[in-house]
Amino acid sequence: MAKVDENILSIKDLAIGYDSRVVAEHINFDLKAGMLCGIVGINGIGKSTLLRTLGGFQPKISGDIILNHKNLKDYTASNLSKELSVVLTEQPASKNLTVQELIALGRQPYTNWLGSLTELDKEQIRSSVAAFLLEDLKHRKCHELSDGQMQRVLVARAMAQDTSIILLDEPTTHLDLYHKVQILKMLQELAHNKHKTILFTTHEIELAIQLCDRILILDGKDQPFGDPCKLIEKQHFDRLFPSEMVKFDAKTGTYKVSK
Amino acid sequence: MPFTRTYRISFLLLLVALLCSSLLNISSGSVSIPFADVLSILLGKLPKTDSWEYIIWNYRIPKAFTSILVGAGLSLSGLLMQTLFRNPLAGPFVLGISSGASLGAALLLMGSTFLTGFATFSFLSDVSLAIAASIGSFLVLFVVMLVAQRVKDTMALLIIGLMFGSITSAIVSVLAYFSSAEDLQRFIFWSFGSVGNLSIDQLLLLGTIVAMGVLLSVRSIKSLNAFLLGENYAQSLGVSLKKSRLTIIISTGLLAGGITAFAGPIAFVGLAVPHLTRQIFDTMEHKVLIPAVMLYGAILMLLCDTLAQLPNSASVLPINAITSLVGAPVVIWILVRKRKMMF
Repeated sequence: MAKVDENILSIKDLAIGYDSRVVAEHINFDLKAGMLCGIVGINGIGKSTLLRTLGGFQPKISGDIILNHKNLKDYTASNLSKELSVVLTEQPASKNLTVQELIALGRQPYTNWLGSLTELDKEQIRSSVAAFLLEDLKHRKCHELSDGQMQRVLVARAMAQDTSIILLDEPTTHLDLYHKVQILKMLQELAHNKHKTILFTTHEIELAIQLCDRILILDGKDQPFGDPCKLIEKQHFDRLFPSEMVKFDAKTGTYKVSK
Repeated sequence: MPFTRTYRISFLLLLVALLCSSLLNISSGSVSIPFADVLSILLGKLPKTDSWEYIIWNYRIPKAFTSILVGAGLSLSGLLMQTLFRNPLAGPFVLGISSGASLGAALLLMGSTFLTGFATFSFLSDVSLAIAASIGSFLVLFVVMLVAQRVKDTMALLIIGLMFGSITSAIVSVLAYFSSAEDLQRFIFWSFGSVGNLSIDQLLLLGTIVAMGVLLSVRSIKSLNAFLLGENYAQSLGVSLKKSRLTIIISTGLLAGGITAFAGPIAFVGLAVPHLTRQIFDTMEHKVLIPAVMLYGAILMLLCDTLAQLPNSASVLPINAITSLVGAPVVIWILVRKRKMMF
């Protein structure tokens, strides 16, 4: 277990993109254990690209990604799977899995070559099922679930993987307000109670301001990062959208349509 | 409810069914042998007629074993392809393996018309046919694997495999158009498929190839399970994508290629059996599915071969026709019943 005040994830002057086309650059931030961090920004600014780069799915262009004092590129797939888990926007290829089977797959990095579950593995799965209120659903097939339930299952799977970092790409998409808040509250609890470092992209800026410990704003320039209240003080949210169509109201922490 | 179901009773029932269908298969054939005599011959007692003993031990038992190997191997390769390509309609032949085998067989059987120089070489034994078909299927597989190294997208690989299939069947058509009637007939007979006529040596060779394929897929159980979530999730679970994809493709190549070489292109078993199996084994866990599809496939193949062997008559229906007659309705039934094919 890492010490609480140590940086779990440290990003230094990172540039991301495809081949030579830079999508976003000069990204700098540090995250400690137990922090919930939202990444916000306008469509196409590079939120998902950043998450894919941090998850090791695509190469960075330049800069450093330090995970638990070790460079991301020095991790093998197998070692990385014990440090970092993901929840992607893509749905699982097979929805014929039961909820419990899907969550159990999160234990793969720790199981033997046949994938046999030990008592410890089962305990982890049970607590993930319990933490995301899936007890009644655990024998259901995934294709029977609603979007909100499915999202909880995917996050529970990431929790079962028991990594220090969890990356989530737009975990609140397709959910109604209640389920958006529910999933974000669950992520907050997971971060604070289990000392996980959780990083997620979202369009729910107002919810992120209320729930996150840190926010990274991708604005295409200096990519500000910090405590949500400090970011409001420095008027960083005002510059998030390019035109005057929506305006940020610093008092309420919400966006208003310009009259 | 236990954490993971082991399906002990279902497996036991399948084993009993395998035994029954083997006995049924062995006791039927062009020569009528009473069931009691079949049993006593199998138990090593002295038969009433020596020829019966000869038929059972030298013809029917090798044929039953071939059916078991063919059914189990094709079904397993179908399961591997459905998981790898995340596609319920994938079968062992999507990578162009059977078309490759057909090309090899066609070149040997019908190519001599073109290449008059090779005409003297056309001493056509079953062995040279099997070798030609294996070379054909492995050539296509090799090219597909080369492409697989470059193409990251599995769906693209699936389409490339289908394209290779089209190219090879086009070449086969051209060959067929120019070849003589006898040569064409020989090729058609090969493409009907057959589980008989394998010598003990050939059977041993086929058994070894199938065993290697099974071994490789058992090694891949964990990555197969991870692939159920999709390739990105699999990678995040520590699966080395390139390595495990290659292992699964080689395993399929050994199973489908080897079997097609010896028994001809047998349709639908690989596609239909995994779906049939999931009607009983309601799980996606490959630890359960691998032995289950193999047992199921073996039983289905034994039964199809028994059907193909018209009782007490010398005629044998083409096994390929029987498997298609059984397999196609199964696929339709699953589609109609579930409206959506799950894998």
